[in-house]
Amino acid sequence: MKVTIVGGGPAGLYLAILLRKADPSIEVSVLERNAPDATFGWGVVFSEETLGALRDADDETHLAITDTFARWDRVDIRYGGRVLTSRGHSFSSIARKRLLEILQERCLALGADLRFHQEVASVPEDADLVVGADGVNSLVRRTYEPDFRTRIAPEGCKYAWFGTPLVFDAFTFVFRETEHGLFQAHAYPFDERTSTFIVECREGTWRRAGLDECDEVESLAFCERLFARDLEGRELLSNRSLWTSFPKVTNATWHRGHIVLLGDAAHTAHFSIGSGTKLAMEDSVALRDALVARSWDVDAALVHYELARRPVVERTQEAASESAGFFTRVAAYAGAEPIQFAFNLLTRSGRITHASLTVRDPGFTRSLDAWFSGARAGVAPPPVFAQFRLRDLELRNRIVARAGNEAASGAGLVLSGFVAVSAGGRISPDTPTIDDWTPAQRPVLLQLGHAGRRGACLPRSLGVDLPLADGWELVSASPIPYGPYSAAPRELDAPGLAAVREDFLAAAKRAGELGVEILELDFAHGYILGSFLSPLTNRRGDEYGRERLRYPLEVLDAVRAAWDGPLAVRLSVTDWARGGLAVDDGVAIAHALAAHGCDLVHTVAGQTVHDDRPEYRRGFLTGLGDRVRAEARVPTLVGGHLTTLDDVNTAVGAGRADLCILDLPPSAVEVEAVPPSVERLAVST
Amino acid sequence: MALAAAAGVTDRVRLATMVAVGPLRATALLAKQAASLQALSGGRLTLGLAIGARVEDYEAAGVDHRDRGRRLAEQLAYVRGRVEEERVGPSREDIELLVGGASGPAFARMARYADGYAHGGGPPRAFAGAAARAEAAWRDLGRPGRPRLWGQGYFALGDVEAGNAYLRDYYTFTGPFAERVVAANLTSARAVKDFVRGYEEAGCDELVLFPTVSDLSELDRLAEAVGR
Repeated sequence: MKVTIVGGGPAGLYLAILLRKADPSIEVSVLERNAPDATFGWGVVFSEETLGALRDADDETHLAITDTFARWDRVDIRYGGRVLTSRGHSFSSIARKRLLEILQERCLALGADLRFHQEVASVPEDADLVVGADGVNSLVRRTYEPDFRTRIAPEGCKYAWFGTPLVFDAFTFVFRETEHGLFQAHAYPFDERTSTFIVECREGTWRRAGLDECDEVESLAFCERLFARDLEGRELLSNRSLWTSFPKVTNATWHRGHIVLLGDAAHTAHFSIGSGTKLAMEDSVALRDALVARSWDVDAALVHYELARRPVVERTQEAASESAGFFTRVAAYAGAEPIQFAFNLLTRSGRITHASLTVRDPGFTRSLDAWFSGARAGVAPPPVFAQFRLRDLELRNRIVARAGNEAASGAGLVLSGFVAVSAGGRISPDTPTIDDWTPAQRPVLLQLGHAGRRGACLPRSLGVDLPLADGWELVSASPIPYGPYSAAPRELDAPGLAAVREDFLAAAKRAGELGVEILELDFAHGYILGSFLSPLTNRRGDEYGRERLRYPLEVLDAVRAAWDGPLAVRLSVTDWARGGLAVDDGVAIAHALAAHGCDLVHTVAGQTVHDDRPEYRRGFLTGLGDRVRAEARVPTLVGGHLTTLDDVNTAVGAGRADLCILDLPPSAVEVEAVPPSVERLAVST
Repeated sequence: MALAAAAGVTDRVRLATMVAVGPLRATALLAKQAASLQALSGGRLTLGLAIGARVEDYEAAGVDHRDRGRRLAEQLAYVRGRVEEERVGPSREDIELLVGGASGPAFARMARYADGYAHGGGPPRAFAGAAARAEAAWRDLGRPGRPRLWGQGYFALGDVEAGNAYLRDYYTFTGPFAERVVAANLTSARAVKDFVRGYEEAGCDELVLFPTVSDLSELDRLAEAVGR
């Protein structure tokens, strides 16, 4: 069997080692464009878990690698004039150059054919297996791009990758405010003399600082000055350290016939979770395993390889994107309490939660919990059980339950479900109106709405947006039907506008009489007030069309004047539809709501139009609520299929939400009576 | 047609499309066929619909492929909303509806119009991920309770090579994906057992196992493998 590997980076070399080790009769050649000792980048990071996988795959390289490792278990976060430290994060790193030397030596010892200075102009296909391990700009991938269906998109901040002779003793994040905006550095040691030092900032900040017009020497000097204190006067080292944007590479498939992609050629993951080299070398292990498992049947093995790797890689890419997004938005969190800022940073990618951090570093979460509940030190309940104050109302915890869910017992607040302000505002005949509604449980958040063009439908136990055969007249911002077979609504005219506003006002007064704790106005999901907000559903020619916020704000103002208690608004912050509201628009609306006396934004998304493109997954609304809370500076309530206390603890503790809807699955532990026969047996002995 | 034939010679087994490509069919005709089958079988039908994977099917049926999502939504609203039922009988009441697909809009269609989700196949972990998305969509659209979750898998416990060959042929149109389906074919009692247990743990309500060899003894082998 003959294998040609294009690219002599960690993925290609490691695969060569593993293949020669598995079967010395396989001819393996590695074609590398550069000299053996030419390399870009400084250090690469591995977790304990990755090291375990490398040890199992080839103990010799594992020993050589770990022999020259820098190790640490601390993450230091320098922010707001303080250093926050978290422990228990076992990481190791090595100079990329040293790693390549080790892999090259081992390749040669095992008889792989390494050819340097090989500029490959076209993919050499005369082998039983051709491996594209040629990095982010892979020639192999580009050659067959239509087959791989490649997508490349920039992700995260502008960044430059430096080294420094200062040896940090922890993975260190530094945040520096400047007159141009916020800069941050990611620094970690990789041998006894040198650390990696990556500097990043948003593109606007980068331009304002004039870095777009700096050459390599000037930008290096700028960064040295900016981080002089953190560098303790030491210099930054350059190695083609130009500012760039991180390209996120994805491919619909990683193989084509006998050609397969490995590592960065197949997929990239943002550097801020330090997983690129790890993924690449794990790919090599998976490919070797697949070839062995499928008895060197290349076609079957490549399928097997992709099946095994894709879920792992996609999860890592998702986490990396979350992390990149965090660092892009991080300026919005400036001003947060340092301990919360640090917890937010540590949990940014979704891979660390309150519970898992408590296992690694109980002291850290104890400090967070204490700060969160207002204690200076000592023991305190975790964030989910901290009280929450809205105006004069004190909620005993952060859990919000839907009526009927198991979480309703013990939750700090219960949702009423949709209650219509009038019979004409009902969703279906079984929707309660304010006239026939009473709170079943307290404290309650009364969700007041008018279904608008989504009204007059069959009960939702059967389905959603299924029009009644003999419904009532519908009204909306504009006369556009909602979905298939929906009736066209009448455009709300001046008397209609006044009537709906009065209905909301009267319902708010009724809520006061009923002793409701929190009142919520529904501006979401394409119901009547939501239909005014979106350009997709508001095509009016009058002032309510020119200023789409105008009518919903009039309703809010009227209710606010009559209601003294906490007032919430449920808002779709994005329409998830082309031509509709994007998250930036939603954040701006939330800002306006807060200015008009809204105390809490219940963040949801979509359903403005019938054919939107929602993104459902566990916690799908947390990121959107986070943006509203950080950028519009207003407390938030989010749902989005949060099913565990840990989900809520993490979101609330990190400051991504103030209140969370907990959707408990059916009770996991069922208490069953002891079967009678067993009981009798026990008695008779 | 195949289900109508099956309905005629059976009394108890349930009949399901897992899944039919809705947009290829005229809506009223699809609704009528489903309603007739439901009536003929004494209410044993579960109608699973999705947009399918083959562009060629749409070309052959002369239906615009770009419009498939909108068309399926319309069909679901027609069937479930019992639109024109007095004209296009018999009754569609109580036809259990499932929707398949892996995109956000597919999950939204499922939660909006159907009783549950028809997963397209794969390891239990993939099913668990899809189940979470289905439940998230269900909640988001304000449906009470939870969606019914259906899974599926292929098996060949006798002539494994014949089963694999059948799958390879059936899925040729998907290109390299065919090998993935073959790789997932359950070819041992152990594999079947693990698969069933994994789906059970992931909250699957109904698991459909398709034989890939047309031999009745495959069913006995399957019954033995799952031990029930």
